[in-house]
Amino acid sequence: MNDETIRHHGDELYAAWRDRRTVAPLTERAPDITLDDAYRIALRFIDRRVAAGETIIGKKIGVTSKPVQEFLGVFQPDFGQLTSGMVFADGATIDLGTLIQPKAEAELAFVLKQDLKGPGITAMDVIRATDYVVPCFEIVDSRITDWKIKIQDTVADNASCGVYVLGESRGDPRKLDITLAGMVLEKNGELHATGVGAAVQGSPANAVAWLANTLGELGIPFKAGEVILSGSQSPLVPVVDGDELVCHVGGLGSCRVKFSGRSAA
Amino acid sequence: MSMETTLSREDIVRLTERIEGAQTRAYAIPKLTDEYPAMTIGDGYAVQTELRRRFVSQGHRHVGWKAGLTSRAKMQQMGVNVPSIGFLTDRMARPENSAIATGDLVHPRVECEVAFVTKAELAGPACTRDDVLSATDYVLPAVEIIDSRFSGFQFDLESVIADNGSSARFVGGGRARDPHELDLRTLGVVMEKNGEIVAMGASAAVLGHPAEAVAMLVNILAELGERLPAGSFVMSGGITEAIAVAPGDNVIARFQDLGSVSMRFVA
Repeated sequence: MNDETIRHHGDELYAAWRDRRTVAPLTERAPDITLDDAYRIALRFIDRRVAAGETIIGKKIGVTSKPVQEFLGVFQPDFGQLTSGMVFADGATIDLGTLIQPKAEAELAFVLKQDLKGPGITAMDVIRATDYVVPCFEIVDSRITDWKIKIQDTVADNASCGVYVLGESRGDPRKLDITLAGMVLEKNGELHATGVGAAVQGSPANAVAWLANTLGELGIPFKAGEVILSGSQSPLVPVVDGDELVCHVGGLGSCRVKFSGRSAA
Repeated sequence: MSMETTLSREDIVRLTERIEGAQTRAYAIPKLTDEYPAMTIGDGYAVQTELRRRFVSQGHRHVGWKAGLTSRAKMQQMGVNVPSIGFLTDRMARPENSAIATGDLVHPRVECEVAFVTKAELAGPACTRDDVLSATDYVLPAVEIIDSRFSGFQFDLESVIADNGSSARFVGGGRARDPHELDLRTLGVVMEKNGEIVAMGASAAVLGHPAEAVAMLVNILAELGERLPAGSFVMSGGITEAIAVAPGDNVIARFQDLGSVSMRFVA
């Protein structure tokens, strides 16, 4: 794709996000779109959000589990950027009116205390550079009609990032088994699903190392203080007005989120 | 749950012999309800009790119990709201890191469980999760090798209870831990077969808390007129789905805070 087409699609996704509406899949309208095109579109989308006043505060890793990879027919994760307008505190109520077609997923977030720049980064470097981990919810959302995404669609759409909620329980990855820590997801007081850290690329630290290396090739380092959402350990949970979700991570703590109102789609 | 029985003593003995033959000579049989459609859960337990009596009289040591059908998905599938139970003997135990023969099994599958060893007697009805935790000496990780003797794993609750809850083999190991030092609800579990992750979950998948399954097991024992003696080994139910195994497979179950249990399967 030429620069003008990249800009066009990035602007289109930005407008869809801003106006809370969806657009047809890019892969239907531009079947030749490559993964590289998609990442360039995502950069344009985020540039527009930054130009409108937000700052970049971290990254998210998506497509980390085997079932999702098989569904999308890709065998590596993808990533998006986290901006200052996306973050909510533990226990927050999220107004669904600010989202389009949200679904929640429970995961582990890493907060870094050192810069980390690939290539050559291993999981051991990730632990070394991690200040703490917290349980978190990512509320994914798609600006693509009916979530009809192929990998290029979700990548261009900033990895379907919506908003996220960081738990208050901070854990030191030197004292916590992040690979075997169990994850228990409750919806409205009832057990909904269970998972474990290993569901994410064998260990969440592997996913973070993958992203450090992938970004490193593009010349982008992780910065100390950045938040990295490492990938879902739960199935996607559709949410509606009045829903409350809690995730408990073994040896760490929990994160809670409520929802009110109605989403756009 | 009603423990009402309908079968004659003669029928119970006949069905017990049929199950015993299938278990000891490793062949599949049609589910028992094909011949006895009116068979009840109580009848299933009557067959299981007779099977236990026979094994014990042959010199097997009765070491404990297992809970089955402990996940909501499995219960819904079977249309029940309580787990099923089965007995465990020393002949079913296999050491950690050993070679387990599949030649004397029909279609073995493995699942990860939290096991309990008790230090005080437990009796129902009204046994609670806290009662179980107070009476627990230690918990440990375990892998159960289940093996339905019914063709194609086609069974109903009455038949599977008569078949001793598909019990076949078990392996305990890892680290013995005091349950009061752990959050037994959020323990993560990963099962690997030949180095690849094949099943995952957290212990809350078992009735919200594994000790809840043990309490229910004790309450079912009360309905059968039995208690759980001190020193019993109890497996609380599969956290992960059951995974088929064949000769040549290596299996390792990794548990948060409890270490791991490994085994390999041979012909």
